[in-house]
Amino acid sequence: MSTILQVKDLSKQYRLGEIGTGTISHDLNRFFAKIRGKEDPFLMIGEDNDREKNGGDYVWALKNISFKVSKGEVLGIIGNNGAGKSTLLKLLSSITSPTTGEINYNGRIASLLEVGTGFHPELTGKENIFLNGAILGMAKHEIYEKLEEIIDFSGCTKYIDTPVKRYSSGMKVRLGFAVAAHLEPEILIIDEVLAVGDAEFQKKCIGKMQEVAQTGKTVLFVSHNMNSIRNLCSKTLVLEKGKLIFNGFVDDGIEHYLNIHDKSYKEQSKINFKDNGSIAYISSIQTDSDNKYFEFNQKDYNFLISINLKEHISDLILGIIIEDFKGNMLLVSTTDELENDIFKTINKSGEYEISCKVPGMILKPGKYYLTLSLRGMSGKPFHKIDKGLIFHIQDNITFRGLKNRYRNIPIIAPKIGFSLKN
Amino acid sequence: MQSTIFENNIYSNSIYKNKNLIKNIIDHKYLLWLFVKRDFVTNYKQTILGPLWFFIQPVFTTIIFTVIFGNFAGISTNGIPKILFYLSGLVLWNFFADCLIKTSDTFNTNQHIFGKVYFPRIIVPLSIVISNCLKLSIQFLLFISIYIYYFYFTSETFQPNYVVLIIPFLIFIISMFGLGLGVLITSMTTKYRDLKFLIQFGVQLLMYSSPIIYPITSLNGDLKTVILLNPVSSIIETFKYAFFGVGEFSLFWLAYSTIFILILLFISIFIFNRMEKNFMDTI
Repeated sequence: MSTILQVKDLSKQYRLGEIGTGTISHDLNRFFAKIRGKEDPFLMIGEDNDREKNGGDYVWALKNISFKVSKGEVLGIIGNNGAGKSTLLKLLSSITSPTTGEINYNGRIASLLEVGTGFHPELTGKENIFLNGAILGMAKHEIYEKLEEIIDFSGCTKYIDTPVKRYSSGMKVRLGFAVAAHLEPEILIIDEVLAVGDAEFQKKCIGKMQEVAQTGKTVLFVSHNMNSIRNLCSKTLVLEKGKLIFNGFVDDGIEHYLNIHDKSYKEQSKINFKDNGSIAYISSIQTDSDNKYFEFNQKDYNFLISINLKEHISDLILGIIIEDFKGNMLLVSTTDELENDIFKTINKSGEYEISCKVPGMILKPGKYYLTLSLRGMSGKPFHKIDKGLIFHIQDNITFRGLKNRYRNIPIIAPKIGFSLKN
Repeated sequence: MQSTIFENNIYSNSIYKNKNLIKNIIDHKYLLWLFVKRDFVTNYKQTILGPLWFFIQPVFTTIIFTVIFGNFAGISTNGIPKILFYLSGLVLWNFFADCLIKTSDTFNTNQHIFGKVYFPRIIVPLSIVISNCLKLSIQFLLFISIYIYYFYFTSETFQPNYVVLIIPFLIFIISMFGLGLGVLITSMTTKYRDLKFLIQFGVQLLMYSSPIIYPITSLNGDLKTVILLNPVSSIIETFKYAFFGVGEFSLFWLAYSTIFILILLFISIFIFNRMEKNFMDTI
């Protein structure tokens, strides 16, 4: 497919701090460098955009971003706050210009960084549809043709001849989105606008977006909502501190993005925990394999959990939860469900090792979190370890060459028996 | 790899190429019209007198000027009826001042729109000038009716002459001065706001240095030259000459104003177009 948008070595530098007499020396410096035909002296400096660090006058909100978008692609852009998503959108929609690099594209770009841009409170709903439509780049005849449709979609028919200042905030948003949804540019840029309106309207919006995506329009979509990204987009960019750290398929991108947050969890086969001061605690978790990886077609995945009891507890319960990387809870199991409760046999304090067996070939290949909780029949848990262990299930089998068969679509992947009966 | 040629390109600051400005404006003429309509329609919403306010403002100022400058101070009006003399100057001056003051705040007042959507920014100051033209034409009607009253129903004698034909040109050139100066000021105030304070009393100073409350013929020597160096002066003086046949009509000074204004406009728009790309970062 042909490339419709191409971004080359795009960077954007921002100055920190207030503008005042202090900045004039930098401006003069820059000016003198320019008339001597030299490069801007302040381009050499500047730091990664890390909010928590101190010092420095300049930051790179974006640094050397390059990517291409094919025609008809729906591209999701994800990243933490301050990763440079909005800056990228601003550059793409010409609101501000890049410090270095270039953007090339075919056709019109319409940006939807906010709904209802330019609404005037004194004008009626209908008048504002025209104004907002024209601001967003619609031609006069386009607005006339779609007027009925826009009013219908907004669900504000009754109020359409009332000044917008009388509208509820929800109605303003609906009207704004209704106009935006009927834009027909070749490239559409959308920033988080779905996070507004009531549930019914949100559903309508997602539906409209999917419709737009299916008509072969190119869409760039920024959101923190992984579900809408997954529903709408085929590819993603992941930004981190102004740098492009991932460019590829949507599920891999989301996994990559969520991995950024997981740096605090140690990915190793055995993890020890400290005494948390209560009468019973979990001292370690360990997988039986040498590393954190299990093979998909292993019969069982074994975990060894060590617990330390400072005194005898008669009604002890150990529970495990397995979640996938998207945060779906897949499995909950507790020791008191068993017919012969293992804790019944323990009658004194001390260190105990419990083996926990999760059957293989049910969880699809991927990455999982294990949460553990040690508690009595009632009251607060003695010890809870949230996402204490990360383990991976590796896809080691191929079905007629289809390696990623289990990868994306299903939640679980147990083997189903099929047989021929006749 | 095969390289593709793209229709549109955005480059970093240093190698930016301006698109054809006129074509850009024509492409956005509908938006321009909607902005004009918005400015005009919303001005007097929820007022009882509505567009009548367009008349009230110049009428009252004229009355005050007539009393203070005409009667108390006794400044000559070259034999022109005082009310007509002040009103003619004021209508044109208010038009200029409104164009200047409003356009000089373009970036500041529209930053919420400019920060979210791109369209050629020059559309906004242009729309201000056009909606002020509409306002001017209403006030001009007021002036014409009073003029006709004086012409037919009083014993005052004054003669309109062929210079009336260039009045559209005078209005055009004075609006371009307002636009040019305003656009220049708004471009210069995005980063350093100092000029904003100047505009407040600058407009007033400029008014007293143009022949609104006095005829240019009442001055002579160096002072007259200084006053005529203000490009507004010869425009207003020509305007008055066209209607009353007294005062001064100097092609030289009119040409000076025109050239001054066109050069200023050219430079201002160039600077404005450079500023519009990055002003969001500094405003």
